[in-house]
Amino acid sequence: MNIDWKSYHPGAFYDELISSPGHPRKIARVLAKYLSSLTHEDLKLRKVSVDLAIKSMGITFTVYSEAGNIDREWPFDIIPRIIAAKEWAVVSKGLEQRLRALNCFIHDVYNEGKILQDKVVPRELIANSANFRKECVGMSPLHGVWAHICGTDLIRDNDGKFYVLEDNLRVPSGVSYMLENRTVTKRVFPELCENYDIQPIDEYPGQLFDTLASISPRPLDYPEVVVLTPGIYNSAYFEHSFLAQQMGAELVQGSDLVVEDEHVFMKTIEGLSPVDVIYRRIDDLFLDPTVFNPESTLGVPGLMKAWLKGNVGLANAPGAGVADDKVIYTYVPAMIKYYLGEDAILPNVPSFLCVDPAQCRHVLSNLDKLVVKPANESGGYGMLMGPQSSRKEREEFARRIKANPRNYMAQPLISLSTSPVLSDRSIEPRHIDLRPFILQSSKTYVTAGGLTRVAMVKGSYVVNSSQGGGSKDTWIVSEGGK
Amino acid sequence: MLSSVAERVYWLGRYLERAENQARLLNVYSALLFDLPRGTNIGWSTLIDITGSNEEINKRSLNLDERSITRFLMTDSSNPMSIFSNLRMARENARTSREVIPSEAWEHINYLYLHAKDNIAGNVSRSRRNELLNQIIANCQLITGLLSGSMSHDTTYAFIHLGRKLERADMTTRIVDVGSISLFPGFGHSSKERALLEPYENVVWMSVLRSLSGYQAYRQRIHNRVSGEEVVRFLLQDEHFPRSVSFCLADLNFFLQKLPMNENVQRAVARVQRVCKVVDIKELLQRGLLDFIDELQISIADIHEELTATWFMPEVVESQSQSQAAS
Repeated sequence: MNIDWKSYHPGAFYDELISSPGHPRKIARVLAKYLSSLTHEDLKLRKVSVDLAIKSMGITFTVYSEAGNIDREWPFDIIPRIIAAKEWAVVSKGLEQRLRALNCFIHDVYNEGKILQDKVVPRELIANSANFRKECVGMSPLHGVWAHICGTDLIRDNDGKFYVLEDNLRVPSGVSYMLENRTVTKRVFPELCENYDIQPIDEYPGQLFDTLASISPRPLDYPEVVVLTPGIYNSAYFEHSFLAQQMGAELVQGSDLVVEDEHVFMKTIEGLSPVDVIYRRIDDLFLDPTVFNPESTLGVPGLMKAWLKGNVGLANAPGAGVADDKVIYTYVPAMIKYYLGEDAILPNVPSFLCVDPAQCRHVLSNLDKLVVKPANESGGYGMLMGPQSSRKEREEFARRIKANPRNYMAQPLISLSTSPVLSDRSIEPRHIDLRPFILQSSKTYVTAGGLTRVAMVKGSYVVNSSQGGGSKDTWIVSEGGK
Repeated sequence: MLSSVAERVYWLGRYLERAENQARLLNVYSALLFDLPRGTNIGWSTLIDITGSNEEINKRSLNLDERSITRFLMTDSSNPMSIFSNLRMARENARTSREVIPSEAWEHINYLYLHAKDNIAGNVSRSRRNELLNQIIANCQLITGLLSGSMSHDTTYAFIHLGRKLERADMTTRIVDVGSISLFPGFGHSSKERALLEPYENVVWMSVLRSLSGYQAYRQRIHNRVSGEEVVRFLLQDEHFPRSVSFCLADLNFFLQKLPMNENVQRAVARVQRVCKVVDIKELLQRGLLDFIDELQISIADIHEELTATWFMPEVVESQSQSQAAS
């Protein structure tokens, strides 16, 4: 039987492609029509070829489990998500605006601290931040930029508007999957792309290289840029190696680097060779055992000193994570106003801060309705999903919040939008989010779209790949089609 | 080029070549045993000697019959010398150096591993075995072609080839060993057995040549009937056949030219070349090949040691002093 959109029910949620059963959105009409010319079996066959392509291309991620680290193939849904170019243009501006403000904030926090003096952001939030690095105080990286690469998570609520869920400013990952998703779609479903003008995304590695090259301390045409990975057991190793390959940069581990006279070198077959810029994919605390975690074997002894002296560029800069904190997040609209004198283009999800006694009381008495998040966890860990939680879990979180209110914030459960996903029996709605990637150095750049993550389990809101989420190719297209 | 990357692609070359050579060896050996009379001492366990896996097989309590030995050499993932293990290691080294090798080459190496994983698990029938081994050989050749045609012939390429040529030279010496083990005194054949084997000398040497895809090349070059002396000379000293030891060494030299600080390694290669060149094959066959092959293999291993010290361990001085301080 052919795909019938009349039997597709997004329910109360905003669906990206279908506005109500049998009625595709304008932008998705061509796609919906094409899909309804196929049977469910046709689509399943395509899915088989996609899985094969992913397997043979070796697109994997690593899952941590009790049985050790397993290299898994990347779960991918073949039906693309479509966003209108006109809408994206606004989102894209909002993302740039946000990152510019965040970088002003980080720079301010480590230097004059004006925003704290003016009491726009409470000083004690910084003092208590797990991601504040006192070693970085007084540092002034090139262009005043600390977070060169940012992955911002967006969700779409029932009202159809995009909201910012969080800004990942430490070592955001996923961009390689965004790029590979497109490659896979082109390879296996070329006729799908035929009827749309889809904005290309493959200039990202080039843009990333330019961004990194622009923070080189040596004015060279072709600075030595390296990607620093924790190694093959890291969940994002595939991405590290992919980006290094795409940029033509060396992929190094801590043991490949050495610091001499406050300069960084890599060990090559010709001896030591100078390194100008390090795109580091390891956390601050593992960067340099002489400054941070002394047990770390992933980092490079002396690296911090070399960076503080301005002899090497580090992206993102150590300490940039001070703004990647779910409590600081609530102040981003205020930062945009304060530094840029503009109103935020993209709204935040409304949030309650437990550090504020009145808001904390509200959170504690509404734990069954709210989503509680710790300030510094990533990957969806350590959260309380109120409506789905047990009494015992709520009691445990109440205890944790009272013990350390600074470390918690809460948000109403936002309905994630849905998009059609190929399931075993038919096409069904599943919840999705979106992670675009934003680059900033002397200029800014936003990916056309981003990585759409899918909660593959019916009704689930958990889109993280580490917890069973999948992904979709994401198209930014001009209305009207070809 | 990073030392660690150089080391990984070097091993990528070695593992690929080793997988291919093991496949050749198994194929030819199956055919050879088919031709030999019953009652000879040559059996499947001889393969264990050739591949140097005595230590590994002694850890297992196996019947040394066709089924368990071929399984041990093809599919046993706990045997580091098995074809499957070699493909897995090749893939792992490729996976961790994806940034320097062409993506189609990586995809094919990945495919070869996945294919092997899906197809050589468990027991493999004789007829299917032949087919699978040929597929592995063909796929390894395909990867060689992909690399040669789509990758810059730069230092990375040079390191892959150092690995391949060194492994190939080593394997050729092992395969020459098959002949000597089968046919020559000093390997515990009774006189009765020798008498039984003598008419088959030709067959054995032809198999040796075939296992290196060298039968045709040999016939074109040496018009005489196949003889042990000529075959050994051909496989050790021929300048044109790509699997002869001399050819591999010349190739090593060619790739060494592309690398910095190559003097010590070149010297090590020259030593093996000398050993290979000056030997009197006729006399060698009379007193037995065994010691000579040993010597050759040790000096090939020296090349490996030398290149490891030169390029893969640039901090050798520093780490030595560290380990001394620690001890």
